[in-house]
Amino acid sequence: MSPVFIILALVTLLSASAAMSLRNLVHCSLSLVVTFAGLAALYLQLHAQFVGFAQVLVYIGAVAILIVFAILLTRSGDTPNQVVLAPGWIAGIIISAVVFAALGWAVLNSNAIAKQTPAAPDVTVKNIGDALMSKYVLPLEVMGLLLTAAMIGAVIIAMRDEHKEVK
Amino acid sequence: MVKSLDQLFVNLKHWAVGFFPDAWQPLGSAILSIAPMVAVFGGLFAIITIFERKGLGRIQNRYGPNRVGIPFTDIRLCGFGQFIPDGIKALIKEDVVPRAADKVVHFLAPIVLLIPVLLAYAVLPIGRNMTIADYDAGVLFFFAVGAAVELSVFMAGWSSRNKYSLLGAMRGIAQMISYEIPLILSSVAVIMMVGSLKTVDIVAAQSTYNGLLPNWYVLTPWGFAGFIIFFIASLAESNRAPFDLPEAESEIIAGYFTEYSGFKFALFFLGEYLGMFAISGLGITLFLGGWNAPFPFLTWVPSYVWFFTKLTTLIFTFIWIRGTLPRLRMDQLMNFAWKFMIPMALINVVVAGIWHFMGPGLARWIVCVLLVGGPYVLLGRGLMENKHLGKRTYRFAD
Repeated sequence: MSPVFIILALVTLLSASAAMSLRNLVHCSLSLVVTFAGLAALYLQLHAQFVGFAQVLVYIGAVAILIVFAILLTRSGDTPNQVVLAPGWIAGIIISAVVFAALGWAVLNSNAIAKQTPAAPDVTVKNIGDALMSKYVLPLEVMGLLLTAAMIGAVIIAMRDEHKEVK
Repeated sequence: MVKSLDQLFVNLKHWAVGFFPDAWQPLGSAILSIAPMVAVFGGLFAIITIFERKGLGRIQNRYGPNRVGIPFTDIRLCGFGQFIPDGIKALIKEDVVPRAADKVVHFLAPIVLLIPVLLAYAVLPIGRNMTIADYDAGVLFFFAVGAAVELSVFMAGWSSRNKYSLLGAMRGIAQMISYEIPLILSSVAVIMMVGSLKTVDIVAAQSTYNGLLPNWYVLTPWGFAGFIIFFIASLAESNRAPFDLPEAESEIIAGYFTEYSGFKFALFFLGEYLGMFAISGLGITLFLGGWNAPFPFLTWVPSYVWFFTKLTTLIFTFIWIRGTLPRLRMDQLMNFAWKFMIPMALINVVVAGIWHFMGPGLARWIVCVLLVGGPYVLLGRGLMENKHLGKRTYRFAD
């Protein structure tokens, strides 16, 4: 583990826990942005340039902006005076620890980890584009269709109902 | 001689890096690449603010700044020393933070604006062999760091606890998200044509000449339409007039930086101008041939001279537009982006594909011009249909 990885992992984990535990909703979303940025930096550290930049573009540029825009439109930014921890937090911790242990046990005992990992191929953006347009073209199209359908659905929900206004 | 003049700064840097001990050379090389870039574009910012004030003054029939020259002398330099007292004023002004403001976020917002904007310069090829970081996904990097600008607008507007700031931030974010789509879509056409996201490759693809004319993408039908879309979208992305609603003085004071004073305000000002330079630089790289000379007989002029000539030309066009066009209304802004710019950008991507597969010849020129021009006319007519635009009538002012 290189020191760069340790620093990035610490930043990501700390900001993620801050995003869960801060009282102010806007502070939470801003620490979530730091988490996204930390993840992107981890991808970059693994020499996955395209994934790293796409992570910044999609998660910071779109998802985080969507969250803060939703906060701006729905509430005035008042800090709610409530306890941060939900009532069943002990049970929650136990359940998540059990789930984590089960997943970890499954991963460690699976065949995938026993395989010899091949040397990392020299992936360029061109290769990724070629793969997306030839081998994985069907999943890409399905995702595009799904996103378009979601967008049309959102527009229909948001559209003003003209008939009601006439009545 | 010509070649050494072109590579002057590159050789100078290599020579200076040689003075560092071996272990420090990567760091020294990085510093010697970054520091001149920040200094040059910072200096350009100082000069351009004066040009903007003087240019706007001329357009509005007044003089603009014309007093301050070199300090402690009688040399006036037509007022081009104005940025020195402006900078000193910004530095020594009191930094007022509203009592109700969210102090940490309020402090961080100008920094979150400035750092990504400076990062964006890393992938701009400002001359032959003069790119700080030639990333494999360079254009993507540019747009990715640009995403943080919206976040800083939100942070500034929300943390100020001022309704004008909040209104400005909401306008700013809505505008930036809407215009980012045509901005990216118009560059997609170029990326398709080059087959690479590397900025250096994009410039190299435009470096040949077709007789007397360069092979710049702006000189093709899809490239011309793409450049116009890119230019309009970059005006909106950098919050320039006529898209300066987020900071419309007559409506919401100064928008999201209403509650900023002193040096933090200067940082916002600097960030906005540097963002404008960066996005113009990307436009030059994508459509205007980067650092290439416009004519084959002018290739002896150093490459960086061409880049900065094109950059200042674009910036002066920005200033000219600011002095000429009135500000749009919010609904006009949104309608323009979603009903006109995005369909045109999508059509442009298809036209670029057709251009590529039709092969050289006159036929593709005719087909592509029709395919770009037809939708332009039809979309424009269709959107204007129910607007009843004509000569404006006034109730009282006639």
